[in-house]
Amino acid sequence: MRVIGMIDQIRMRRDRRNLLALLAPGMLWLLAFFALPLVIILLYSILTNGPRGAIVWQPTLENYRTLFTQTIYVNAYLRSIRISLETTLICLLLGYPLALFIVRQPAHWRTLLIFLVLIPFWTNFLVRIYAWQIILANNGLINGGLTALGLTPLALLNTEGATLLGLVYGELPFMVLPLYAALARFDFTQLEAAADLGANRWQAFWRVMVPQTMPGIVAGSVLVFIPTLGQFVVAELLGGAKVDYLGNLIQRLFLRSNPINWPLGSALAVIMMVILLALIFWYFRVTREDER
Amino acid sequence: MSDTPAIELHDVVKQFGATYAVDHVSLQVGDGEFFSLLGPSGCGKTTTLRMIAGFEYPSHGEVLIHGRAMAATPPHRRPVNTVFQSYALFPHMSVAQNVAFGLQMKGVPKHELGPRVQAALEMVRLDGFDQRRPREMSGGQQQRVALARALVNQPEVLLLDEPLGALDQKLRKEMQFELKRLQHRVGITFIFVTHDQEEALTMSDRIAVMNQGKVLQVGSPTEIYERPTCRFVADFIGETNFIEGQVVAHDGGYATIQSHDGLELRGVTPRPVSVGAHATLSLRPEKARLLTPDQAQSVQETFRLAVKVELVSYIGSDTRITVRLNAQRTLDVWEQNTRSTLDRNAYWQPGEDAVLVCPPENALVLVE
Ligand SMILES: Nc1ncnc2c1ncn2[C@@H]1O[C@H](COP(=O)(O)OP(=O)(O)O)[C@@H](O)[C@H]1O
Ligand SMILES: [Mg+2]
Repeated sequence: MRVIGMIDQIRMRRDRRNLLALLAPGMLWLLAFFALPLVIILLYSILTNGPRGAIVWQPTLENYRTLFTQTIYVNAYLRSIRISLETTLICLLLGYPLALFIVRQPAHWRTLLIFLVLIPFWTNFLVRIYAWQIILANNGLINGGLTALGLTPLALLNTEGATLLGLVYGELPFMVLPLYAALARFDFTQLEAAADLGANRWQAFWRVMVPQTMPGIVAGSVLVFIPTLGQFVVAELLGGAKVDYLGNLIQRLFLRSNPINWPLGSALAVIMMVILLALIFWYFRVTREDER
Repeated sequence: MSDTPAIELHDVVKQFGATYAVDHVSLQVGDGEFFSLLGPSGCGKTTTLRMIAGFEYPSHGEVLIHGRAMAATPPHRRPVNTVFQSYALFPHMSVAQNVAFGLQMKGVPKHELGPRVQAALEMVRLDGFDQRRPREMSGGQQQRVALARALVNQPEVLLLDEPLGALDQKLRKEMQFELKRLQHRVGITFIFVTHDQEEALTMSDRIAVMNQGKVLQVGSPTEIYERPTCRFVADFIGETNFIEGQVVAHDGGYATIQSHDGLELRGVTPRPVSVGAHATLSLRPEKARLLTPDQAQSVQETFRLAVKVELVSYIGSDTRITVRLNAQRTLDVWEQNTRSTLDRNAYWQPGEDAVLVCPPENALVLVE
């Protein structure tokens, strides 16, 4: 007993040392690439922007005041939140039936279909958005077809519709995958049980299937909403950069505005982060509740 | 109760591709009856039940519930409820919400829900469990929730698909008793699917024995056990010795067959036979008696087969004896241990000579 206890102790001590050794690189990595930039951004967001974009070490809340009072920023927020919500909703409306369809297929078809959902990831996102440009352009594939049929071409590219299309296109797999996972766990006998108890298809769907796949719905929505909120490529390449979204503003303030304004850009990023953290917090609350 | 059968199946067929899951089945289940569908796994019991519930539609034939044709009625409009094999309780709802679900779908006013749910839970002895989640309950309790969830709707017919299959032996026995008690109390027609012949015999008013999509025999437990009409039923229900041969004579409900090894045996014929037909004699091990050659002298019974005791298993209530008839054939005989004794001579010993006797009314001659 004693010998075994000693061995255990030695092993535990060694384990702890090994654990530290194992964790150290990861923790350093997190510190360097996650915590540090975060601290810098938080710090910058309360500093003053000097002439020609230099940073003046003078604490201020002016950046935040600007963001909450100047309509250009407030509007960008609202616009970003609105288009992100629209993207999420459309992805959900398209993704749920799609995931449901895939889950109901025989096993070998299922694997193939999920594989097809993932295929776009094999090509760079920018390249795929350029491909959409070609499809939507004034002399692009669709309008080429319309003209050939003798119809008037449509203004497709550089519209908000095109932005929305690009966003939905890019994010749909992130909606489908968690929904698929949730639906694969769903016991479809439950629908028969509901029907047996007098529920029509609609009632069975809302009262039995939706609540039980809620973790997938929430996960998919969060996974779509978060990247969409900071997206700037699609709005620029398909939307024609006609209006500002959050991502475009941040990008501009950091790189292209004259003068560049890192403190204001940082404050913008901080606010976005707060919105997202609140969302993620809510997400964990919902999913944990379900596991109980 | 009315004279119209609760359930009627008219020549019902269900095909899945080339498989006949249900093959020309006709049945009538009376109002208030405890009716069992009994048969080996894959024989079409579940499919039959699902056609009554409306989850499957017959490829051919008709399902009627209290005289009403169900061809165009979806499951949620049928006056039946199902207890699923897996229970299929809603995991995201409490026990009370599960039980209330059917009433809510029917639009029962809110203030009536509470008392009716309570009454249903009391009926299955689960009062006090209403706020639990299904996964926080044992298998037996979940099974009761499933029962309450179905019965609270006061269906015309309750369909149960191997509801006791997942329970352990002791709980199974308890639930068999519970189910009978419940059925007696609510007076609802039960259609009970099981592959367990003992369960079917204990619980049912009538049993339909199925195999390969066909109903082979419908009858009371006694009829099914004592007068099986075919070899499959005799074999599936209980245990029996089979001796194959040809019919050599028949008269007044009895027939004599001659076996390939030259035995002439007589038994009851549940179905008409003709001379020359291939037939099987079924002899249940508890219906035969084993006597010493001396005792056998004075007994007037048609069967008299000289045998040698080969194997003796004492199992408490019974002694199960395997006797050898000839080089090719052994038979099983069960003797009830009606006398309490430690005397070894009171029991058969391997190697002893004996005579197997059986009156012809205890044996059956079956033709396919
Ligand atoms: N949905 C289905 N598709 C194809 N074959 C099925 C389906 N349901 C049942 N079967 C087949 O029908 C036969 C009867 O099945 P089932 O009614 O489940 O039998 P049981 O309940 O008596 O075990 C089986 O051979 C089964 O494989
Ligand atoms: Mg079955």
